[in-house]
Amino acid sequence: MSAPAEVLSESQEEPDYLAVESGIWSWLNTRDHKRIGVMFLAAVTGMFLLGGVFALAVRTELLTPNRTIMDATTYDRMFTLHGVTMVWLFLVPSIPTSFGNFLLPLQLGARDLAFPKLNLMSFYTFVLGALITFGGMLAGGTDTGWTFYAPYADSTPTDVVPVIIGIFILGMSSIFSGINFIATTHLMRARGLRWRNMPLFVWTIYGTSVIMVLATPVLAMALALVGLDHALQLGIFDPAVGGDPVLFQHIFWFYSHPAVYIMILPGMGVISEVVTTFAHRRLSSYVAVAVSTLGIAFVGFLTWGHHMFVSGMSTFDAGVFGIMSMFVAIFSAIKVFTWTGTLYRGQIVVRTPLIYFFGFLFLFVFGGMTGVALATQSLDVHWTDTYFVVAHFHFIMVGGSVTAFLAAAHYWFPKMFGRLYNERFGMLAATAVFIGFVLTFFPQFLLGNMGMPRRYYAYPPRFQFLHVLSTGGAWLLAGAVLLALGNLLVALRWGRRSPANPWHSRGFEWLTPSPPPKHNFAATPVLDFSPYDYSMTEEEARERAASR
Amino acid sequence: MNLHLGPSRQAAVNELFRRMLFLPPQSSTMASDLDHLHYFVISTTMAGATMVGLLALYWVFKYRARGEVTARSEPAPTSPPWFEWLLGAGLLGLFCLWWLIGYMQYVRLRVPPANSLDVYVTAKQWMWKFAYPDGQSSVASLYVPTGRPIRVLLTSRDVIHSFFVPDFRIKQDALPGRYTVAWFEVSQPGTHQVLCAEFCGSGHSIMRGQVVALDPADYARWLAAGSGEQVVGGLGEQPEPPLAQVGGPSLPGPATVEPASEEEFPRAQMVNLVRVGTQAAAQQGCLRCHTLDGTPHIGPTWAGMYLSRVPLATGETVVADEAYLTESMMDPTAKIHAGYAPVMPSYHGLLAAPETAAIVELIKSLRDVPGRTEPPAEPNPRAPAAPAGAIGRAYQPEPVLPLQQVTPPKPSPPAEQQGLPPPGLQPNPLPAGSIHITGPDGRRHTVPSAVPVPEATP
Repeated sequence: MSAPAEVLSESQEEPDYLAVESGIWSWLNTRDHKRIGVMFLAAVTGMFLLGGVFALAVRTELLTPNRTIMDATTYDRMFTLHGVTMVWLFLVPSIPTSFGNFLLPLQLGARDLAFPKLNLMSFYTFVLGALITFGGMLAGGTDTGWTFYAPYADSTPTDVVPVIIGIFILGMSSIFSGINFIATTHLMRARGLRWRNMPLFVWTIYGTSVIMVLATPVLAMALALVGLDHALQLGIFDPAVGGDPVLFQHIFWFYSHPAVYIMILPGMGVISEVVTTFAHRRLSSYVAVAVSTLGIAFVGFLTWGHHMFVSGMSTFDAGVFGIMSMFVAIFSAIKVFTWTGTLYRGQIVVRTPLIYFFGFLFLFVFGGMTGVALATQSLDVHWTDTYFVVAHFHFIMVGGSVTAFLAAAHYWFPKMFGRLYNERFGMLAATAVFIGFVLTFFPQFLLGNMGMPRRYYAYPPRFQFLHVLSTGGAWLLAGAVLLALGNLLVALRWGRRSPANPWHSRGFEWLTPSPPPKHNFAATPVLDFSPYDYSMTEEEARERAASR
Repeated sequence: MNLHLGPSRQAAVNELFRRMLFLPPQSSTMASDLDHLHYFVISTTMAGATMVGLLALYWVFKYRARGEVTARSEPAPTSPPWFEWLLGAGLLGLFCLWWLIGYMQYVRLRVPPANSLDVYVTAKQWMWKFAYPDGQSSVASLYVPTGRPIRVLLTSRDVIHSFFVPDFRIKQDALPGRYTVAWFEVSQPGTHQVLCAEFCGSGHSIMRGQVVALDPADYARWLAAGSGEQVVGGLGEQPEPPLAQVGGPSLPGPATVEPASEEEFPRAQMVNLVRVGTQAAAQQGCLRCHTLDGTPHIGPTWAGMYLSRVPLATGETVVADEAYLTESMMDPTAKIHAGYAPVMPSYHGLLAAPETAAIVELIKSLRDVPGRTEPPAEPNPRAPAAPAGAIGRAYQPEPVLPLQQVTPPKPSPPAEQQGLPPPGLQPNPLPAGSIHITGPDGRRHTVPSAVPVPEATP
C-alpha cells in the first residue's frame, strides 16, 4: 500500500510522463501506471492484429466448399489460434489493462494504482503467457478450438498442454490486475469522491475486476484438469474410467460466460464516457448504469448452462438457465436506453468516438437481442453450434468490445499522447468498420439459420454464396481497422498538439494536462462533484477540484 | 402469429419469412411451430435494434451543437419515471413470453411421444451408425417411416458429437458413456442431411449422413430386405461392419439380441444404460458364461454381484465395486473369483468405453436380484443354460429376426438394392397398411406402419 499522495506545490511544474525519463530501460522497469498502460496497449493491439490475420486466414479458406489455401488440420489450428488469441490475448485484457490501467488513477484523483509493482508484474506475466501460448502454437499447435472441450481435448493428436499452460499464466495476469483495480477503487479515491459520484468507466472496471478475481481460478482449474487429462490420461473427463464428459463444459462455462462480461463491461464504461462527453450533458440515469453493471456482474455467474441446452441437461435446468439469461439481457437493455436517452436535448458534437458509439449501439442491441433469442430454448436447439452463434458473439465481441476499444483509442488518444489525430480519416475509418462488420457477420446469421455448423473446414456448396459475402466483408473490415490504427500511428508522431481537454469533457481525467505529468495531479484534487455535471464551466470544475 | 389469416395466406406468409431468413424446409412436425417463434423473436429484434439506432441518429441531428458548447443548467429529464418502469417491465414481459413459449416447445422437443420407434445412433470419428431394435443397422443413412415419431437414442464411441438435422430443427449431443434422446416425426418422404455440430477432429466437417424418410410400406420392404445394404454418404469412407456383426459370426452365442420389450423394462428406465448394457453383454458373448438370475454357470452370476464381497482365489476378498468390475473385464486374471477357472479372455480393446460403462450399469442394476450364493465347490463348465427367467429370457439364442415372411414376397426394386430408394417417385407395389407379417409363433400380424417386432412367445 502506498502512502497517501503527497501534495505537490502548485508552482512546481512536472514534465509529462512520456518526457520525464527516456531510454528503453526506463519503460521496461517503470512502475508508472500510465507507462504500463501504454505498454499493455501496444501489446494487446499487436495481439489484435495477429488475431485478425488468423481470422482472415480462416475466412479466406472458407471461400470455397473444399480446400482453398490450407488443409483441414491447419484450418482447425488456425481457428483455434484465432479464438485463443482474440479471447485471452486481446478481449479479456484489452480495455482493463490498457485504458483501465492508464485512466483508473486519473479518474479517481490518485497518483498511481494501489500496487505499482504488482502492475508491472502483471504485464510481464502477460508477456510470458503470450510467449508460451504462441510457442506452443508454433511448435505443435492445437485444434480443439478456444473451448478445449473434453474428451476431444484429452485425445486430440495435437499438443494442447503448452497452450493451456500459457492461458493459465495469462489468467494470473488477469487476477493481478483485477486485485489491483479493486484495491485502488476502494482505497485510493481522492478526497470527496463518493461511490455515487465515481466515473462510470471506474464502475465497469471495478465490476470487471470482481468477475476476473472470482471466475479466473475456475478457468485455471478447468484447464489444469484437461491438461492433466491429456498429458497423463487421468481420465477425469473420460467415461471409460468413470469420468464425466459433460463436467468440463460446466466448469469451463462457469468461467467463460462471466468472461463474456469481462470482455463487454469495460466497453460499456467507455461508451458511457463517450456519450456524455460528446452530448455535453449528464447521463440520463447514472444509478441505472451503475446498478446494472453490478447486476450483470452478479447474474452473469448464473447463466452458464445456456451454452449446453443440447448436451442432455434436464429440462428443468434448461428452464432455469433460460430465465436467468433473460435477466442479464434486461440489465443490458437498461444501459442501452440510458445511453440513447442521454442524447436527448444534449449539445452534441459529432467526432470519431461518437461514430463508434453509433456502431456500438446498433451492433450491441442487435447482438444482445439475438442473445435473448438464443436463450429461448427451443430456438437454441437449431442455432447452437451453428454460424448463428458465431455471428451473435461476434456482434457482441467485435461489434461491442472492439468498437468500444477503437472508440476509447480515439477518445483518450489526446489524453495519452497529447496529440490530435486526423478527424476526417478517423470518421471514414469508423464508418468503414461498421459497414465491413455488418457485411462480415450479418450473412453469418443467415448461414446459421440455414444450418451451417461452426468449425467446418468443408461445407455443402449451398452455403457458399453467404460465405463469400462474409469473407469479402472481413477483408473490408481488416482494411478499415488498419486505416483507423494507421491514422492514430501517424498522429503519434505528426499529429497537432492537443489542448488539455480537447473534447470539453467534465471527466476527472481531463482536469490534468494532456499528457499527464508523472504524478498525475499537481496537487491531490478534491472530487466532491459529479464528472458528468455540465452545468459548470470547465474553469469552475478546475477551481472546485483545486480547492481544499 | 398470423392466426387471423386464412390457412393459405398463413402458409404464404410462413413461406415468405422462411425464405427471407434462409431457413431450410420445415420437414418435421415440430419445425413450423419453432419457426413461427423464430419469426416473432427475430422481427422484434430487428425492429428494436433499428428503432434504437434511428432514434439515436434523429436526436444527434436534432440536438447537434450549434456554435460553441456552453455550460447550462441540466436539461429536463428525458422521460417521466413511470415511462422508464413501463419500458423495463414491458421488455421483461416480452422476454418472459419468449422464454415461456420457447420452454414449452423445448419440453416438447425433449420428450418423445409414447408410440415412438426407437433407433440407436452411435457416433464415432467420423461417421454415424444407426441400429434398429430388430437387428438391422446402417451406416450414414437412417431409414425411417413417415407418419410415426422416431426416437433416436444417441451415444458416442469416442468424443462428443452432435446429431443435427437442419430440416427438422433438432440437434442433440452424442456423448460417450451415456445415452441422450431426441425425436422427430417426418410427414413426407424425402432425404434430409445429417450434420455433426460439435467439433470432433479433422473429419468433423465431413461427418455427414442423411435421414431417408420412406413411406411405411417402403420402409417395411427395406426392413425385410435385411441389413446387408448400406448406404455410404458420398464421403469415400468404407463402411464398418454393422454393429450386429461385431461379436463375430463364429461365436455360437447370439450375435445380436432383440432388446427387451417395453413390458419388461418400464418406460422410465428405457433411456438408461442398463438396456444398453444388456445389449452389449449379449453381443459380446458375456452372457454365454455369466447369468443374470443367479444360476451358477461358467462364470459367476451377475445377480447380487455389485458391492458384494467376492472371495478371491488367493484367499483375500474384494468388494465388487465399479473398479473391480471394470478390471475384471479388462484384466480378468488379475483377481480370480474363488471357485472359478481363469478362462475369461481380456476384453481390453474389444469393449468400447460406453459399452464397458453400460455393462457395469447392468451389473449394478442386478444388485437386488436374489440368487448370489456361495460359488460352487468346483468349476462347472457344463452347467445347463439358465432357465428362462424374467430377464434372461430375452437372451436365449433365437433366430435373429422374427421377420421371416413378408407377403407378398416380391423382390426389392433395383434402386433399393443400391440402397437409395427414391421415395415417392416409384409406384408403390404394396398398398400401405396391408403388410402381413408372420411371426415365429405362426400368428399373422397386420402392420399399418412399420416396426414389426412381434412378441416371441416363450
